[in-house]
Amino acid sequence: MPKVKPHRTSPSLDMTPMVDLAFLLVTFFMLTTQFRPEDAVVVDPPSSTSDLRAPESDILTLTIDSKKRVFFGYDKAPVMAAALQAVGAKYGVSFTPTQIRQFSLLPNFGVPIQQLGSYLNKDNEQRKALNPGLPGIPYDSLNNQMVTWVLEARKANASLFKKPTYLAIKGDGDADVGTVQKVIKELQENDINRFNLVTSLEMKPSYVGK
Amino acid sequence: MAEIQQKGGDSGKGGKQRAKKMSTKIDMTPMVDLAFLLLTFFMLTTTFAKPNVMQLTMPVKDKNLTDEEQTKIKASQAVTIILGPENKVFYYFGLNEPNDKSVPQPEVKTTDFSANGIRQILLARQKQEPEPIILIMPLSGKAVPEDKQSKYKNMVDILDEMNITNQKKYALVDIPAKDVDLLKKLNLI
Repeated sequence: MPKVKPHRTSPSLDMTPMVDLAFLLVTFFMLTTQFRPEDAVVVDPPSSTSDLRAPESDILTLTIDSKKRVFFGYDKAPVMAAALQAVGAKYGVSFTPTQIRQFSLLPNFGVPIQQLGSYLNKDNEQRKALNPGLPGIPYDSLNNQMVTWVLEARKANASLFKKPTYLAIKGDGDADVGTVQKVIKELQENDINRFNLVTSLEMKPSYVGK
Repeated sequence: MAEIQQKGGDSGKGGKQRAKKMSTKIDMTPMVDLAFLLLTFFMLTTTFAKPNVMQLTMPVKDKNLTDEEQTKIKASQAVTIILGPENKVFYYFGLNEPNDKSVPQPEVKTTDFSANGIRQILLARQKQEPEPIILIMPLSGKAVPEDKQSKYKNMVDILDEMNITNQKKYALVDIPAKDVDLLKKLNLI
């Protein structure tokens, strides 16, 4: 009796569909990834149960760290550039096109406008080394550059993109309330009354009624 | 691993021995390896998550309003929460009017941000007094020593408690000097 030989299938299989899919995903992730340059300051925002999400764009972020420093950032390069020129004009500081281009690529910064020129002349590595010792943007009532930045950025966004600006305050959990309150108060003086505090999500306790 | 190139792939068809042809199939293994490496890299570096935010709408400042004209709060409704140092919460019901002898000095109690802390107190208070008005006072300003200043984290925590306990009326206010004095008198700060 002849032995029944099981039909042997080749152990190698056609991988073409898998490879197709892999490349499709690679292309997708490559195109959607945005490499964000490093922030000038790293803060650890507190957690809350609020599940509201920030919008996709038009976010102005004021970062407040535990050393009472305020950093300004806008997520659109043209707005950053326009704001720089407007604020520069107000304080009588002018910038070269290279400096403006450098500035528009920054995610955020914390230098008074008078020192901004020399800060922008440095390259990324040097700037990174400088960041821990930066003074932050002045926000006291005598020399309130922070409010000027916010107002000019809002104006620039309104004229360039015809969109309202979403103001986010990203405070470090260890920052003192006094600094945050002062920033809020200064903005309130300029009729900005709606703020969004950036927080990380924590679970809402389930046993509390609705 | 994956062996695409097959030796004698067409042997099953039988037939005659042909002249040795170069296979049209190429080994794709390195390419696939690379593809997956890139895929993993981009997947891990992509951040889809937008940050969460908590909305804070402050009242419009009316510069023409004097202190006397501003809203007066009934003593029965008032709940004052003071954000103390080291994640402590001081609170009292009623008003603190040291200059008015008819108002007794409020009893300041201490609690914390845990689930059984300020949350239970607010929920219990809501049952007694359906419409409490909560005044949140962070410790800040020159009258408060530097190491006793409230942390921003606690401010977010207490605003979060307002959301959790579904409070209708609450306000973030600067701490008046009389409240700082009261805390100092009680040796709380």
